[in-house]
Amino acid sequence: MSGGFISRGFRGRRRRTEGDVRIPPGQYLVEGFPVLSAGPTPHTPLEEWDFTIEGEVDGPRTWSWEEFRAFPSEEITRDIHCVTKWSKLATTWEGVSVDSLLEVVDTAVEYVVAFCDGGYTTNLPLEDVTGGKAWVAHTYEGEPLAPEHGGPARLLVPHLYFWKSAKWVRGLRLVNEDEPGFWESLGYHNHGDPWREQRYWGD
Amino acid sequence: MATRGASSATGVTEMASVPRKLAWRIGEVVETSPDTARTKSLLLQIPGWEGHRAGQHVDVRLTAEDGYQAQRSYSIASAPEDSRVELLVERLDDGEVSPYLTDELRAGDGLELRGPIGGWFAWEAREGGPLLLVAGGSGIAPLMAMIRHRQAAGNDTPIRLLFSSRSYEEVIFREELERLAAEDETLQITHTLTRSAPPGWKGYDRRIDEEMLEEVAFSPRERPLAFVCGPTPLVEAVATTLVGLGHEPARVKTERFGPTGG
Repeated sequence: MSGGFISRGFRGRRRRTEGDVRIPPGQYLVEGFPVLSAGPTPHTPLEEWDFTIEGEVDGPRTWSWEEFRAFPSEEITRDIHCVTKWSKLATTWEGVSVDSLLEVVDTAVEYVVAFCDGGYTTNLPLEDVTGGKAWVAHTYEGEPLAPEHGGPARLLVPHLYFWKSAKWVRGLRLVNEDEPGFWESLGYHNHGDPWREQRYWGD
Repeated sequence: MATRGASSATGVTEMASVPRKLAWRIGEVVETSPDTARTKSLLLQIPGWEGHRAGQHVDVRLTAEDGYQAQRSYSIASAPEDSRVELLVERLDDGEVSPYLTDELRAGDGLELRGPIGGWFAWEAREGGPLLLVAGGSGIAPLMAMIRHRQAAGNDTPIRLLFSSRSYEEVIFREELERLAAEDETLQITHTLTRSAPPGWKGYDRRIDEEMLEEVAFSPRERPLAFVCGPTPLVEAVATTLVGLGHEPARVKTERFGPTGG
């Protein structure tokens, strides 16, 4: 531990705005919307896109883009926090609540794995994606979600670090045992609560 | 499809079985060295440093006397074989952390950090290649670690580096890159200068495009492992173009340095 260390000559640039209390520890505010991903941006045509609920369910379900878009969409305004330290306040989205998608299947699992075009996965406890806490978002700031930001659809779990809001999501696998996803296997925290600064293993 | 990225990340599961806490620690700045007008290398001695893989980064935390803190991430530019850890810092004029690191910090100061972080955008010589490295500006830092690592390990994996800079004067690590390439024919370096080129410049003088990548990159048949690092527009364009040229998406790894403050 290195408690008490002072960086000689560092003063910092204090924000003194009401937004301060909305910035988790170690984060800083940005106005833009940075892009972060591990590889090339996939470009799946909408006619080839579908969304699947699979795993420990009574029967897997798959919806085409049209069927997915027929679910009621909600407008969502939330602050988002990336583990690379930026936070962005009051972002506005439209998406289908994960509650609506899970309503049609019968399951007793405690975990989900989101899987995506490009092979990306991320794992979440079921309780973090139900109860009005997570969406499959298709619209950002009133426009169709751009490919570099995860379009046509991404998971949106704004109360966790943003890598959990998997881009290019194609489905949820419901599992009995927690399975670390892509970043979770590469040193990043399994849960990722920004208010507890759960960035890396052991945090 | 759903597991391609994960299954291609060999060695990852071994790492996952030995989680350890990334504790904050104090490194000592032993030297600061300007690279270009806007960038500086910080050379650190970090007691107990366990080493890193080329391509990884650290988190840096600054603390003011009243307890105010700010954190940012910086890529490690040094080879794992180097006893000193080198961080490359680009000065962002409106940044909070980078002007402190480039203007205020000096030899003898402590710097609080933790790491190494990031197991995806990383390369070890034994993984082979060939390696296609594409950098924009300070995005050279993690790729420089790979070039230096290969050199230090005496490894002969062919490397081609395509490096986009604004001008000749702003080519980071220019002299060292020239020296390394001059003495090693398996390291091929191509520059492109996007804003201004010196008189008589015969190299590329435009943004990286498909034609340039076709001329410089290994062919998809050679299955290069590609690492692309720089500003988001460059990374998006290069990664998309490489896939369009027939390179395997799972062998194109990206890291983006956005102008997000810092």
